[in-house]
Amino acid sequence: MNKPVSKAEIEKLSPKAEKQTLLWLQSGGCGGCSLSLLCAEGPDLITGFEAAGIEVLWHPSLSLETGSEFTDILNRILSGEQQLDILCLEGSAMCGPNGTGKFHMMAGTGRPMIDWIKDLSSHAKHVVAVGSCAAFGGITAAGDNEVEAVGLSYDGKEPGGLLGSEFRSQSGLPVVNIAGCPTHPNWVLETLMSLAFNSFTEAQMDDLERPRSYTDHLVHHGCPRNEFYEFKASAEQPSDLGCMMEHMGCLGTQARADCNTRLWNGDGSCLRGGYACINCTAPKFEEPGHPFMETPKIAGIPIGLPTDMPKAWFVALASLSKAATPDRLRENATADHIKVPPSGGGKKK
Amino acid sequence: MSRKIIGPFNRVEGDLEVQLEFNDDTVTDAWVVSPLYRGFERILVGKAPEDALVYTPRICGICSVAQSVAAAKALQMAKGLTMPHNGRLSHNLVLAAENIADHLTHFYLFFMPDFCRDTYQTEDWFKEVHPRFKSVQGTSAKEMLKARAEFMHLLGILAGKWPHSLALQPGGTTRTIGQQDQIRCIGILAGFRQYLENTLFGCSLEELTSVTSKPELVDLFSQGRPANSDMGLFLKASSQLELIKQGQGPDLFLSYGVYDEEDGTLYKQGTVEAGDYAALSQEAIAEDVSHSWMAEQSEALHPFEGATVPDAEQSDGYSWCKAPRLNKKPAEVGALARHVVDGHPLFQELAIGNQGNVEARIVARLMEIAEVVIAMEGWARQLHPGEPICNHASMDDTAEGFGLMEAARGSLGHWIKVKNGRILNYQIIAPTTWNFSPRDKDGAKGPLEMALIGAACRADEKEQPAMVQHIVRSFDPCMVCTVH
Repeated sequence: MNKPVSKAEIEKLSPKAEKQTLLWLQSGGCGGCSLSLLCAEGPDLITGFEAAGIEVLWHPSLSLETGSEFTDILNRILSGEQQLDILCLEGSAMCGPNGTGKFHMMAGTGRPMIDWIKDLSSHAKHVVAVGSCAAFGGITAAGDNEVEAVGLSYDGKEPGGLLGSEFRSQSGLPVVNIAGCPTHPNWVLETLMSLAFNSFTEAQMDDLERPRSYTDHLVHHGCPRNEFYEFKASAEQPSDLGCMMEHMGCLGTQARADCNTRLWNGDGSCLRGGYACINCTAPKFEEPGHPFMETPKIAGIPIGLPTDMPKAWFVALASLSKAATPDRLRENATADHIKVPPSGGGKKK
Repeated sequence: MSRKIIGPFNRVEGDLEVQLEFNDDTVTDAWVVSPLYRGFERILVGKAPEDALVYTPRICGICSVAQSVAAAKALQMAKGLTMPHNGRLSHNLVLAAENIADHLTHFYLFFMPDFCRDTYQTEDWFKEVHPRFKSVQGTSAKEMLKARAEFMHLLGILAGKWPHSLALQPGGTTRTIGQQDQIRCIGILAGFRQYLENTLFGCSLEELTSVTSKPELVDLFSQGRPANSDMGLFLKASSQLELIKQGQGPDLFLSYGVYDEEDGTLYKQGTVEAGDYAALSQEAIAEDVSHSWMAEQSEALHPFEGATVPDAEQSDGYSWCKAPRLNKKPAEVGALARHVVDGHPLFQELAIGNQGNVEARIVARLMEIAEVVIAMEGWARQLHPGEPICNHASMDDTAEGFGLMEAARGSLGHWIKVKNGRILNYQIIAPTTWNFSPRDKDGAKGPLEMALIGAACRADEKEQPAMVQHIVRSFDPCMVCTVH
């Protein structure tokens, strides 16, 4: 007989007596993190919320309330009449032009969205940036960032952003940055459930306040092209099977996320879809300084090396493994389907 | 007369404000405001042409693949490239998966919950509709989300992930297809068909697609399983509220045509004005900015010459949206427009007076789900595992091209000009840019602005007329595409 589970253990990861209220706002983004979240499976989004005792006060894609019915909810939060446990922002904070916030005036209110976000943040137990836009500025901050798009606590790589790097929500936590473009549904749902269980702590965040549950990994982990990587057998054009680090701009060896071990839409990932990782969980991924699908090199060596790998060793190992590349991998790397299967123990030709 | 401002308008993609003028309880005039500007067209200037494949899908999280397809088509033209058989079919399957998932999301999450408003409590269909479609808690949403998520495994297989895939390329896709992938796709489609037939339609896809007239439609959904299906519930409410008389748009429909076949497209390209079909001339498209928060221009510009210069202080402006016009006229785009342009007799009949309306738009979307899933079953079987999926070519330093296609919400176009190997100009006209455009310099209203006139409050309504909600959402607006 197993030892019975203690009441404390059960309660720790069960819905609290009081519903944990959630408000979700969107500003300078595409809404793709919400749409990705709707793809959640095992559990689906609504079941996940139920399991964690999360009550959706309002979400733009889900709620009936519209117009003044919605602004009533905001005003009740600001007056203290309505408890707000989790505030999620999806999309960048739009500060332009010239700090006025006019690039996004919240519809129906005549007020810049950035002012609403600031006010509501000070009333929330937890504040969550969903996606790289809300965390760092993201795609909306690309180019010359004429629209002055920033994240909640970062402006690109620089601490700051709309709320400032010193911001702490009522729980004492900084803004939780669930970065990604888009976010994996589980990154978001599991973080929200942990917050609702009061089991999410600062120790579970990395140095950019992203949940370590997915950023303790590299996209490279579980990459199905690992053997091509090991022997530097490289793809040269889209649909080739080889490693995409050398020529095709792939940043999987540097990107912090678990995309190839926690897959997308069933069995997918960027690499499994045959295209490069663009490191979308990182600040400033939107401006790599070179075409996304080309690897910048100096003297034939990629500028960006695998995380934690000393350059001299990389160069030495790469030239060694290139010399040792089996013909099978060399041939398959530039083909769009496997031309040479691994040789096996069978005797039949 | 009193002006009422309604916003934020949710259950659309992005933020939306609608300003209405009422005479008693009837809308007499409308202004549609797109309140968010991000500036993708300016971000793209100076980038490598292929970078459009990274940036443009991120315009929109719900039409992401559509943006990829439009960008890939524009680059394809600029490169003078063709696609292999598998590349064409995989593009079709990936785009169809997104479009059909979008139609489902719209129907179940965005459109139907408005029938659960308090004002309808006394309607005889309310008792059936409310438990099924109440927002978040209704029984239909969970079922739909499960079916949708499993259906979208097609995108995991063929495009790596959704949204924001880089799999769709000018010459095909990056993901070659093996026999096991083909078999999985066929299996996923079979499961999705069962969900649609059991839940959404209550009849086989073929029973629905064989409908060619309004009496046949009414007859099919008058009894038995179809009557109790989710589509049946909509038709019941729609007929009692007479939604076929609500939300009339312009009498000009536009479709760029979509889903490339060996010869032509599954839905054909063209325009229908006052009931008459004509071929499309893309040169006749121009964007007016007279009522946009954009720097003044002397005239409406074709997108190859188009400029995007935001100006929040523009005094005549009331929206970040530009006003696209075809031969200087506003046009309605979307699933209804696709069917009218394609010559489908049911929709020529439902589009009373050669104009769109709430019921016709919804039925067109539901019909399209059935039609496209049948087409997908065919495309999946036509794939040739092991054969090439992507052609390759470099681009000249100076080049131009445009990509015209149909997203779930209607006609989407990208126009690219390349100089010195970098993007010189990139202009995008999205479906809801057409449907939710502001007025133009001649004062002509955009399609939604027209459609809202005449909408009336019910006796117990003051703040949020349900009919305004139905009309706005009947277009399935995507505001993040609209302005981009």
